[in-house]
Amino acid sequence: MKTIRQISVFVENKPGRLSAITQILKDNAIDIRALSIADTKDFGILRIIADDPDKACKMLRQAACTVTLTEVVAICIDDVKGRLSDVMSVINDSGINVEYLYAFLSKSDNKASIILRVDDNEKANAAFDAAGIAQLSEDDIKAM
Amino acid sequence: MANYWNKEIECMSREDMKKLQDERLVAQVKHVYENVPYYKNLMDEKGVTPDDIKSTDDLHKLPFLTKADLREAYPYGLLAKPLSDCVRIQSTSGTTGKRVVAFYTQNDIDLWEDCCARAIVAVGGTKDDVCQVCYGYGLFTGGPGLNGGSHKVGCLTLPMSSGNTERQIQFMTDLGSTILCCTPSYAAYIGETLHDMGYTTDDIKLKAGIFGAEPWTEEMRRSIEKSLGIKAYDIYGLTETSGPGVSFECEEQTGMHINEDHFYPEIINPETGEVLPDGEVGELVFTSLTKEAFPLIRYRTRDLCVLTRKQCSCGRTLIKMSKPMGRSDDMLIIRGVNVFPSQIETVLIEQGYTPNYLIEVDRVNNTDTLDINVEMTNEQFSDTIKDVQAKEKELAGAMKTMLGINPKIHLVSPKTITRSEGKAVRVIDKRKLHD
Repeated sequence: MKTIRQISVFVENKPGRLSAITQILKDNAIDIRALSIADTKDFGILRIIADDPDKACKMLRQAACTVTLTEVVAICIDDVKGRLSDVMSVINDSGINVEYLYAFLSKSDNKASIILRVDDNEKANAAFDAAGIAQLSEDDIKAM
Repeated sequence: MANYWNKEIECMSREDMKKLQDERLVAQVKHVYENVPYYKNLMDEKGVTPDDIKSTDDLHKLPFLTKADLREAYPYGLLAKPLSDCVRIQSTSGTTGKRVVAFYTQNDIDLWEDCCARAIVAVGGTKDDVCQVCYGYGLFTGGPGLNGGSHKVGCLTLPMSSGNTERQIQFMTDLGSTILCCTPSYAAYIGETLHDMGYTTDDIKLKAGIFGAEPWTEEMRRSIEKSLGIKAYDIYGLTETSGPGVSFECEEQTGMHINEDHFYPEIINPETGEVLPDGEVGELVFTSLTKEAFPLIRYRTRDLCVLTRKQCSCGRTLIKMSKPMGRSDDMLIIRGVNVFPSQIETVLIEQGYTPNYLIEVDRVNNTDTLDINVEMTNEQFSDTIKDVQAKEKELAGAMKTMLGINPKIHLVSPKTITRSEGKAVRVIDKRKLHD
């Protein structure tokens, strides 16, 4: 299976929590590739793609954060108009449900990466392979 | 094979025990009547004299003592010996009002420590054990009581008192403590800290824990047993009667044997004061049969429990009391429904959360509100809002089933609810601030 691990962190809705979490990552020289946050009235979930998910998870837990690692699919596409729509068509045609997604741009090569949390990673892998869409490994993320 | 500290008493036939209790009660009532004017007045008001008390069957004729009496008689009003015969005081924390001060003669101390020794031997303690006492020392009875019991048994005693948890664990690992004595909430915290420090149960030699001084649940017991790799035993007592060691658990872990040669138990209907038969839930009442300096007759503990005389597999014939279902003081009345913090704890542990929680009760627009702050755990957490909210809803549903009312659950960051080193503060009742 071609997936990468996302670090999901529980964030209580309280001033300073987000700052405390990013400080831990900074202190441990964790390089963040992408992130997104989902929130409700009472709490949020910070989702992070980083160069070293094992270390990030360990350090955050040591600092009493609630953390889980989640397998997500990462794809890399050309940063051109309409490309995301093409990707969504592939997903839609394969009957895959998307829980959430977020994207980030590469620093140099005009590429965009998209992190996808779907209900069936294997099905997504197959659909992207069939459509010729490049999928990223953790090594790819680390090398970015 | 069960061990006993005092086999003759702990396994005494019911007839012999009754005879002993009858003799001691008759003498005690006379002692109190002659030396405690406060209680003499109560007896006179009821028209009872020491001559009316021929055996424990007559106990119901005597007036009750309550915490209010202790406050009214503070500090010397219930003292039955000259101060010159007393060697020690112990005291309650006084958080619920004026503190209670209890007095001890040297004989009172000896008997109290003897009761604690019975508890230590019942969990397998011998002179080869290392007993780490992390109840508070000082006015609180927990530390001095277990400390004395541990000395009697001949254990190597570590008089740690509470607090400085990393040092507790250092001593535990370095000196190979085998028995731990503290409050259950502190035991849970010690377990949590042990694992945080990178140790496992293989790094410690603990085999048993004697935990008391606050209400705790079976779920909490299992959680502590797992975390520390031990058998966890309950112990019960109150400053008013002596301290810990009024009753203690044996290897069966199905309730606490009361040291009824010293403390005579009754269960009463808390509304009417009527004595209830064994097996019925009611308020526990104790009569000190042997205390010299501060002998309380029919003291109402406010603890709700059940007494049973069913033969115990450990061989002890001492009557057993169930784990108190809650002290009537701890009970919250929320929207007319009786709620015990222990019920909330049961649900939390069953649902996979930690036993660290804070209950906040308030009144908004004349309606009571119940908010429960719960620490999020890695196991319960997930990356989608939907799943986390589903867990939250499941927890609220289980609470509703247990309590009969809907609480509002707040998931908070781990280790943000203050850990207790002694008696845990679980409830903030903001309604009291408005009154």
